[in-house]
Amino acid sequence: MSGKLFKNFSFFSATISLILLIAIFTTLYYYASDAINTFGFWDFITGTQWEAGEDDEGGIFGGAIPIVGSLLTTAIAMIIALPLALGIAIFLTEIAHEKLIKPVSIAIELLAAIPSIIYGMWGLFYLAPLVQKYFGGAGIGLFSAGVVLAIMIIPFIASITKDAMNTTPNVLKESAYAMGATKFEVIKDVVIPYAKTGIIGSIILALGRALGETMAVAFLLGSVMKFPKNLFDTTTSIPVILANTFSEAEDLELSALFYLALILFALSFIIISLAKFYFLRNKEER
Amino acid sequence: MNMMEIKNFSFTYAKASKPSLKNINLPIKKNQITALIGPSGCGKSTLLRSLNRIHDLYPGNKYEGEILLYNPQTNEYENILELKKENEFINLRQRVGMIFQKPTPFPMSIFDNVAYGLRLNGIKNKSELETRVEEALKGAALWNEVKDRLKASAMGLSGGQQQRLCIARAVALKPEILLFDEPTSALDPISTGAIEQLVAELKKDVTIAIVTHNMQQASRLSDYTAFMYMGELIEYNKTEKIFLNPDEKLTEDYITGRFG
Ligand SMILES: Nc1ncnc2c1ncn2[C@@H]1O[C@H](COP(=O)(O)OP(=O)(O)OP(=O)(O)O)[C@@H](O)[C@H]1O
Ligand SMILES: [Mg+2]
Repeated sequence: MSGKLFKNFSFFSATISLILLIAIFTTLYYYASDAINTFGFWDFITGTQWEAGEDDEGGIFGGAIPIVGSLLTTAIAMIIALPLALGIAIFLTEIAHEKLIKPVSIAIELLAAIPSIIYGMWGLFYLAPLVQKYFGGAGIGLFSAGVVLAIMIIPFIASITKDAMNTTPNVLKESAYAMGATKFEVIKDVVIPYAKTGIIGSIILALGRALGETMAVAFLLGSVMKFPKNLFDTTTSIPVILANTFSEAEDLELSALFYLALILFALSFIIISLAKFYFLRNKEER
Repeated sequence: MNMMEIKNFSFTYAKASKPSLKNINLPIKKNQITALIGPSGCGKSTLLRSLNRIHDLYPGNKYEGEILLYNPQTNEYENILELKKENEFINLRQRVGMIFQKPTPFPMSIFDNVAYGLRLNGIKNKSELETRVEEALKGAALWNEVKDRLKASAMGLSGGQQQRLCIARAVALKPEILLFDEPTSALDPISTGAIEQLVAELKKDVTIAIVTHNMQQASRLSDYTAFMYMGELIEYNKTEKIFLNPDEKLTEDYITGRFG
């Protein structure tokens, strides 16, 4: 009896989450339809103007700048985060002394739990002045936002990668050592290839996270509607423009914002599906 | 002639209170097969894993006594327990190869698996690699089965083929000694037969030490047999002597299946 109840309940919950997903998509699409009909797909993602018309009627809205801004900050964050996270994971699985592994792992998991607004504040009050001092410019901009994003996703990639590397069977490593491999060679030739699918999965999940991040970036990117001229210049991103413009926008501008949200939703959705696909494949191989 | 001489050797694991091997004295004769037998937990693997110092991957183990390895270049014996530097270990492990209980192909192609140790050794020349890989695969009686799919992943081979691949991988380095730790216990009878035949043929080029739970295998395959019990070497002799007329009662009891 209770088994049946539980089954019904879990079926109900699963259905709810699916319905929610579809509902969110439909809502976004419904509110975005004005902008979709006005600008189409191609013109919207290549358009660089974001100007409301007279009395908030009509106007021209293109998403190129926030889309590029999102992709650039994410790319910078990944470039910084990836080698560092891999380094941390390798250190924790293959190099660190037993007594060090636990506390460092816990510290990394705690880092992952810090709310993103705190990273944003730290970036604004500590990192930005530092960047300004050494590289000039305003301090805030692509680079600072990328660094803060990187710091946010490092624990994420590092802990998943670490777990994936830990699944490498000891005998496999031993047989490489038994052929005269050095520690570095064992890591490069056995551990990383063995953990490859897990590592790729963690990267894709981190990508999704970085793309959608609002609070940490909102403080640091500058939220100006222009393409960045260099690495230290200000620009904007999809989540940032949504957070900053949403409350005042009306009519077509509001619809254009929903259009942007829809694009972000689709991007994240594709990325997460890829990650799931990799994780599933990873499981099958074991 | 002895390739190795184990003298008054004791071994204690890092967190263990008692030694797992106590005062072992045992020769490993050149171009002969030495079988290590004994009940589970008696220390066979521990002894075998001392011979290439693979124990040293995990810190804190304690060695006592001597393990002498004959060096054909200098005509002298060196004590491998005195090795300290990484390159000394690498050199030792290239001279003393090891095959594990479960096949352990690396996550790469069949060719790259066999070429792995050669590449570590700095051999880059493509045609030299190809010749040595072919030679090793032939030596491991695997060439005919894989010559058309050298680029395919080694993970796609059967268990028995994977184990022969691991032997090829070790043989490619032209080691002086090969250590086998129950190499057939995870295999079916036909693959087991193939591996046994292979080991018997390898003996003309390398010295072999093999751990086995299979009494038939030990008596069929080996020239010398060492019987161990609770971390001690009870009896060592020619295989016929051990199996037909052992000196110790304990050995006889074990061989006739009265315990273990
Ligand atoms: N890593 C370790 N740390 C502490 N003690 C260990 C470790 N590995 C093995 N031992 C102990 O050392 C003793 C010998 O173990 P070993 O694995 O050498 O036995 P074995 O003869 O190979 O047994 P089997 O036939 O089951 O493989 C056992 O008592 C075992 O519990
Ligand atoms: Mg064993």
